[in-house]
Formats: sequence, structure tokens, C-alpha cells
Amino acid sequence: MKPLQKVAASILCAIFVLMVLATFFLPAHYARQFRDIPNAGPSTAHLLGTDALGRDSLSRLLYGTRVSLLLAPAAALLSTLIASLLGSAAGLLGGWFERIVLAATDLSLALPWLFLLLVVRALLPLDVPPLVSVVIAFLMMGLLGWQASVRVICAAARGVRDSDFLLLARSSGCKPARLLLRHVAPNLRPLFYAQFLISIPLFILTEANLSILGLGVMEPMPSWGNLMRGLEDFSLLSANPWRLVPLVLLVIVVMCFQLVLPSQEVTQ
Amino acid sequence: MIRRVSAVFSLAIALCSPAFVAAQSAGQSGGELHFCLHGEPKTFNPLLVEDGQSEAIRYLTGGVLIRLNRQTQALEPGLAVSWKVSEQGRRISFRLRSGLHFSDGTPFISEDVAYTMKALMDPQLHSPTGDSFRSGDGQIAVQTPSADTIVVTFPAPVAGLERLFDQVAILSAHSPKKEMAVLGPFYVADYSPGSYVLLRRNPNYWKKDKDGKPLPYLDSIRLDIQRNHDIEILRFRRGEIHLINSLDADLFDRLQKESPAAAHDAGPSLDSEQLWFNQVPTAAPPDYKKAWFRSTEFRKAISLAINRADLSRIVYAGHARPAYGPISPANHFWFNSALPAPQYDSAAALRLLARAGFRFDGSTLRDGLGNRVEFTVITSTGNKPREQMVAMIQQDLSQIGIKVNMVTLDFPSLIERITRTYDYEACLLGLTNSDLDPNSQMNVWLSSAENHQWNPRQSKPATAWEAEIDRLMRTQASATSDKKRKADWDKVQQIVADQQPFIYLINRDAMSAISPAVIGSAPSVLDPHAFWNADVLRLGPDPSMGARK
Repeated sequence: MKPLQKVAASILCAIFVLMVLATFFLPAHYARQFRDIPNAGPSTAHLLGTDALGRDSLSRLLYGTRVSLLLAPAAALLSTLIASLLGSAAGLLGGWFERIVLAATDLSLALPWLFLLLVVRALLPLDVPPLVSVVIAFLMMGLLGWQASVRVICAAARGVRDSDFLLLARSSGCKPARLLLRHVAPNLRPLFYAQFLISIPLFILTEANLSILGLGVMEPMPSWGNLMRGLEDFSLLSANPWRLVPLVLLVIVVMCFQLVLPSQEVTQ
Repeated sequence: MIRRVSAVFSLAIALCSPAFVAAQSAGQSGGELHFCLHGEPKTFNPLLVEDGQSEAIRYLTGGVLIRLNRQTQALEPGLAVSWKVSEQGRRISFRLRSGLHFSDGTPFISEDVAYTMKALMDPQLHSPTGDSFRSGDGQIAVQTPSADTIVVTFPAPVAGLERLFDQVAILSAHSPKKEMAVLGPFYVADYSPGSYVLLRRNPNYWKKDKDGKPLPYLDSIRLDIQRNHDIEILRFRRGEIHLINSLDADLFDRLQKESPAAAHDAGPSLDSEQLWFNQVPTAAPPDYKKAWFRSTEFRKAISLAINRADLSRIVYAGHARPAYGPISPANHFWFNSALPAPQYDSAAALRLLARAGFRFDGSTLRDGLGNRVEFTVITSTGNKPREQMVAMIQQDLSQIGIKVNMVTLDFPSLIERITRTYDYEACLLGLTNSDLDPNSQMNVWLSSAENHQWNPRQSKPATAWEAEIDRLMRTQASATSDKKRKADWDKVQQIVADQQPFIYLINRDAMSAISPAVIGSAPSVLDPHAFWNADVLRLGPDPSMGARK
């Protein structure tokens, strides 16, 4: 691991620890409104000030970090699992199965996702608690975000399809499922890992975008996305620069995830 | 240094010059006023106006028989010098100003009014303005006894008949320019789709100022088509446009900090924000929830537990007022001033709920069957004030043990749920009201109406109080005396306050931005807020603001 990767990994670990232990030093519940002090600046009681409804910004940031950093990897894991399964199978089997998988990938890449997410959100039941709605939002992202990885994994699997070790396994009577799980998957593991790490910041940013549009995590639950909705007003930002903290944290985390990725030599 | 001294000297001379002083005190006659439309005008035909952009152009170009003064809220003579309503609101006769001409020089006579009225009421045209006059089956009869007299007879009485003529821009029966020949202060001189609409001074406009000088003062108005509100305010700051007709609280506060003289809050408008519960018998929510929603005590308790003062102060930065009911206090004549002010009293809310069989154990409210009281409020995605209001209501209602969830939906999905599938529990939305006469709210208050949101399209009224509202609405619609109509409307407002089918939250203030360079502006709570008196507006020299190309 290079020094820069070590630094990035350390920062990520520190943020994860802070996020897990947040409960013990939250100044107030993230939804509690101090209505006498909306849009307040930093003070000893509220280190990052309060938002437009008087809610403690630090509590919301810590809780929002927990939501984003727990659920984005979960969504990334789901999408990577789907992509690994489909991509490896398509690359290994080739022929009509590969063509179908790649056609389905192309088709889903061509779909207007925002519109689809809007429709899915509109079809969901309304009487769901905020936590369930958060899980649904990330689940949707995980289920719908596998396409780009499938193409990469399929290409890599195609590369090992005609390798000697697979030829030997086939000639020894290995069935396709065993070939996939015992021979192809272990050889593509660094690639799965890289795709997983690449997907995490992608899902964090997707959630942020959806929340900015009001389609992500529902109030009063915070997430990085809905915390950043407060950044729309530029003039307010210039007067209250501490409001940029969620954005800074997001940028740091996304950068760290990118830096911590395995190097080119390892992934190939 | 020398340059700076000479600049100061020049400025001093300029400030002392009589021309500058006169221009500052009286403003300049002429000049071009700039402001933005938030979209493309869909039509220039004043009879087919549906959208806000076309409405603005109709207001600035159309000559009407009777004009509603947006400030005094009184009717004033326009193209008609006098009028008389008779036969219990079925007939109206006008005496017209004589010697007037359309913008293209075509003479204005009673035949033009007859032509306009017939076109307006033509069922083939589907005029939205004409729909307000349709009170019964049958044709209208129009008589023109002389060139300056006209009598219009409707098949059935029309409530608030004379006020409706504020929306009827008179067309020429003979002009080759058809609807482009107008009687208002300006006419459409140029239109570049997606870019601008240019209005020029109508040289034949009939109105004069108190010194006998012909109006309007302005040479022209350029309406730039600009959908983005942030760019609009940026252009206002740069001095590229002179006014913004409507501002939200955030933008208003920002502007007020930068240039207090340009930000105008005219007070509460006719627009309201309200919350309601789904009471449709066949709706999706479980029966026990529908039983809560149908309970008057439950709705009144929710109303009592909402802190409207906080909503106004925090969400609207003080630019809103707690709402009393369907009529805003801004509507001077029709507002029932005897209504009690909305209260915030959690303890009273809990007493009401206890009376209705609910139990509060200190943290959770349960109904008589033991179900936890919890419901979901839907509202429109991207509307920050509404989302913030729901978040505040969540906290208010948690004080009485009620759990509120919020779901934001894109507008078409939301409309689908509240008008077709009825798959929702509660909804928070706003109502934009442009008409002072509450008769325009018939489509909300009649139990058979489509927009009777809490339980629309009833074959017969579901409750006694809805039957009473139906009766009062029909009675006022056929009454000719405004006093009688007002008495009926006062009762409707009282019933709504007692039953809370809509829990009215706030009335937003009418906020606008007007450059100090514009002289004669008098922002109004009625639309158009900033340019309702465009014919008397002038541009004065202002060193800091004013339209620059």
C-alpha cells in the first residue's frame, strides 16, 4: 500500500469510527428543532450552528454521515454482487447468454434513470417510516446500478474463458457453476473489489443528487444529500461558510475512496 | 486625485441642476420598463387566456369595461362610464365611453362589446374566461340600443357579475388586426418566441392623468422570457430589469439585505397553504384511520396542535400570516372578521382528543382500539417551504404523541393520488387565489365538486355540515345583493372553521421587487402585484438601479 493510500484509508477509518460512536456525543437529537435560533452560527451549544428549522447541524451531519456511509457500501455490495454474477457468467458462457446480458445492460444504460426512480418512488407505499424509506432508496440504487460493472467484469471473464486452467477444469468434468465459483471468481476478485470501491462514492453521490431533488432520504432523517440542499443559496453560504462542512466531508470521503482503490497493476 | 475632484464637482453640479431635480421629483415620461415572464405566453387572444404569462399581457394590453382597482379592491369605470345590474344578476347594461379608438385606429362602439361577449360565450371557443359567466343552460342575449349602450342578458343569474368583467378584454369587431387591436395602455409590437415580448404605448389609450396628460407614461415594456428565478433576481441586481412581480421569502430577504428600497412586502396575499385528511370512503387508508380523519375533534385537535406563528416566522421568515380560513384577511370585503384567530394549544388539543376516545400515555397517542396514531403527509417534491412546514408539523404533533411521516412526490404523481386513486392519508398543498369574489371557489366547496379535495365528487353530501355548505353556496350564487352573499359566505367560513376539512396554515405575503428607478409603483396584494398600475408608472433617473441593456 502506498503512503497516500494509507492516509486515505486512515481518514476513512477515522470517519467510520466517528460515525459509529456518534451516538455518544451527539449534542441533540437530529430532528429536534430549537425554534428560537434558526440559522444560528457556531456556538458552544451548537458547534456547527443550526439549520433553517433550528436543528443542530453537527448532530445532523454525524447522523447523516452514518446513513450515507452505511447504506452506500451496502448498495455498492448489492450492485457488485449482481454485476459479478451476471458479468462472470456472461463472460464464461459466451454465446447467446453473453449477448442477452450485454443487450440487457445496454438497454438499461439507455433508460432515463431519474424518471424511473421518480416512477418507482411514486409507486411505493406511503406509510413507511423514514428509516425504511432510506433502505428502499439505497436498495433501488443497488438493484439499478450494476450495468457499468457488468461490462467490465464480462470483458475480464471473457479473458480467462480460454485460459489453460479453465480448459483443465472443464476437461476434468467441472460444471459451469463450479467453474464460475471456484475458478473464475477467485481470479476476478481484485476486479470485484475495485468495482465495489468505485461504486461506493458513486452511490453516495447518487443519493446526494436524489436528495437534492427531494427523492432521497426523507425528512427529518438527515443524509449528506439532504444536508447539501441547504447549499443552494450561495449568498447564505458566503455569510455562513461553516455550512460547507457536509460538502467538504463528502469530497474528502469520495476522494479517499478513490485513493484507496487498488492500483492498476493489481486490478488487472 | 484631480480626476476624482472633478468627478465630485460634476456630480455636485448635476445634483443642483433643475433638470435633474425635476426628473427626480416627477420622473421621466417615456422610457422602457423591463421585467420577466416565467414562460412563453400561450396565446395573445384575451378570451383564451389560461396561463400567467398570457394573463400579464392581457392585463397590460386589454381594455376592459370595468376595472378592479388592485389597491382599493373597488370596481372602477373602464371603457364603461357606468353600469347597472338587474333581474337578480341576469342582466347588465353598460353606458360606454364615446369617441374611443382601438390601437390601430378602429373606432370603439357597442358592437365591439357585443362581438366580444358572443365570442366569449361561444361554446366552440371553450374560453376559460367565459366559463365564469356560465351559470345556466341557454344562450346569452346582447342588445345594442345605441352606439354607446349595451345590454347583456344571461340565461341565469351570475354571482358577482360586474366583477367578472375585469377579465374581459374587449375585441374589435371590425379591425383587420383582430385581437391584436387593443384598447388597453399598451399593444403587442413584437414577439420573439423564447426571447421577449415587446409592448408599445397605445397612442389611442383613453385614460389621462389629473393634469390631462395622456397615459401611459412609459413608451414601451419589454417582457423578457426567463424561466429561472435565480437568473431573474441576478438581472434585477444588475439593473437589467426593473421589477419582479412575485418573490418567495428567501429571495425577498436576500434582496432586502442588499437594497431595502427595492424589496416590497404588501402584506398577506389571497394565497394559502393548507393540510387536509383523506375522507374518501373508498380510499386506501385502513378503516380505523379513516375514522380518525372523519372525526371533527381529531381534525380540530390537529389544527390546535400546529404552531402557525412558528410556521410563518421560521419557514417564511415572517413573510406570512397564520391563516383563518378559505378567505384571506387580505380580501377586505369577503373575509369574516368575526372568525376567531387560529390558536396553538397542545393541552386543548389533547382534551379534544380525549373526548373523542383517544388516549395519550405521555409519549404516544392511541385510538380507542389501541392503534397508534400515525399518518403520512404527502407534499410536492422540491417545494422547500412545504417540506419545512411538514417537518415542523412533525415536531408539533409529536408533542401530543402523533407520529407524522413525510413523503414528497413529483407533482403529477401527487395529483394522481389526490384526484384519482385517493391513495394517501394527508396532503399539504397551496391554493392560489386570484379572484376576490369567493364564487370562484364553488369548485372547491360544493360536495359534488372535483376539487372538494377531502372527499370529492359526492353524489350526495356525506355530512350535514357539507349539505349546509352546499345550500349556502347555491344561495349566495343566486343572490344579487352582495350583503346577502357576504352573510352566506360568513356562515360558510364559520362552518369551515368549526369543521376544519382543510386545516388552513398560513397566508403568504405578496412580495415583489421594484427598482427605485420606477416612479409611481404601489405594490398590491392582488395580482399583478407590481405592475397593476402600469399606465401611471414612470422611469426616473436612478444612479444605482434601472434597466441597462
